[in-house]
Amino acid sequence: MKKNIILLIVSIFFILKPNYSLAIEADVFIQSTVNRATQTLSGNFTKDERIQQLKNIAIETVDIDGISLYSLGKYRKTITDDQLLRYKKVFKDYFLKSFSSRLAEYANPEIDVYSKKKINDKYTIVSSKLIGTDKRPEVNIDWRVYTNDPKNLLIRDLIIEGLSLARTQKEEFSSIISSNDEDIEALIKSLSNFLKK
Amino acid sequence: MLKIFKLIIIGILLSTNAIADSDGELELSKSSKPTKDCFEPLNRATFSFNQGLDKAILKPIAKGYRNLPTPIKNGTGNVLDNLSNLITIPNNVLQGDFKVAVINTGRLVINSTVGILGIVDVAEDLGFPKYEKEDYGQTLGKWGVGPGCYIVLPILGPSTIRDTAGSFVNVMGGDPWYNASVNGNNEYLSESIYTASKILTGVEFRANNIDSLDNLEKNSMDFYASVKSLYLQDRKMKIKNIKRGNIQIIYNDDGDWEEIDTK
Repeated sequence: MKKNIILLIVSIFFILKPNYSLAIEADVFIQSTVNRATQTLSGNFTKDERIQQLKNIAIETVDIDGISLYSLGKYRKTITDDQLLRYKKVFKDYFLKSFSSRLAEYANPEIDVYSKKKINDKYTIVSSKLIGTDKRPEVNIDWRVYTNDPKNLLIRDLIIEGLSLARTQKEEFSSIISSNDEDIEALIKSLSNFLKK
Repeated sequence: MLKIFKLIIIGILLSTNAIADSDGELELSKSSKPTKDCFEPLNRATFSFNQGLDKAILKPIAKGYRNLPTPIKNGTGNVLDNLSNLITIPNNVLQGDFKVAVINTGRLVINSTVGILGIVDVAEDLGFPKYEKEDYGQTLGKWGVGPGCYIVLPILGPSTIRDTAGSFVNVMGGDPWYNASVNGNNEYLSESIYTASKILTGVEFRANNIDSLDNLEKNSMDFYASVKSLYLQDRKMKIKNIKRGNIQIIYNDDGDWEEIDTK
């Protein structure tokens, strides 16, 4: 009987354990993502290999879908289903190209994660520092982590020295749409053209 | 006469500002309302002109500056920071930050004397808190004056009506460095030294941001809009003194994120 109880407890532990262990703290998540990116950037890879690896990291750790919706700003309410489908597809390619190209130029970046602050149930801000070198000053980088699903944390924004990349992108998109008679097709076209560059 | 002319310009700028953006309501009392780009076609033309100037003159100089030995760059940066403190201190007072004003005065005295005219940042070595620049545009913002329209100034770059008005205060007696070098009866200082210090400030800023601006330009579909967004975010952050500990403001400020649930 005692043996059965122990067996039951052990079984329950193992059943519960995977769920428990998958929940990860936002700062640990960011530090591990940063470490992966650093390994890629400092490793002995060709530029194409490096870019592909960075894209894979982004697909796993960044909420590209969420950023695409955020970047639409007020036009989220007026975009048609068909446009949204086409926009999301082209945005994903745009994002991965732009993201990997921005990062690929950093060699041996050293980033230290030092604190985290829970804003609400959905978001935690993780603060880090890109250590300065002779060529560039130290840079403060905050990460907006989407924590809605604690087992699947995702990055939604990078705030560099207080400047939000997602907000900058949202305002850039808004400028493109508004200077083309509020036509969302102009944005989709610009994104496609960017991919051809 | 010149002073009256400058006063009139500030008056016009600030009154235009109130009409252009605030509808009689203070900007900072409302949730973040986008700054209007009232002169967009002209701004874009000026932006293109500035980009041409940057590529032909400023960027090559900044690249050269960046290759100088680190001690020279650090020393130059320290001297320029020390001079900017002359504007920061009165603005600390105007914003009611008396404690910071006292700290910055201590920093100025120590760096100008022991630090040999500001070349060495002795105050930092002594453990003074991190130096944050303030200007009259920020003070106006802190007082509740809205940014007004976004404008791109020839050579000087992005600004707003409020920030441009703030810059005029510098040459109306608000900048002791300007007063001493341009208006002062001093055999060691002159207008050309003042101008050189301002050009050097621009070169230093450009040199520190060569990679980020190149990267931004390469990855932007509308570089003008990206620069505008970054400038306005930066000013807003500086006016709210977000770097001094109330960083949560910026993250709670963007309600758009709360609407998006993807998983």
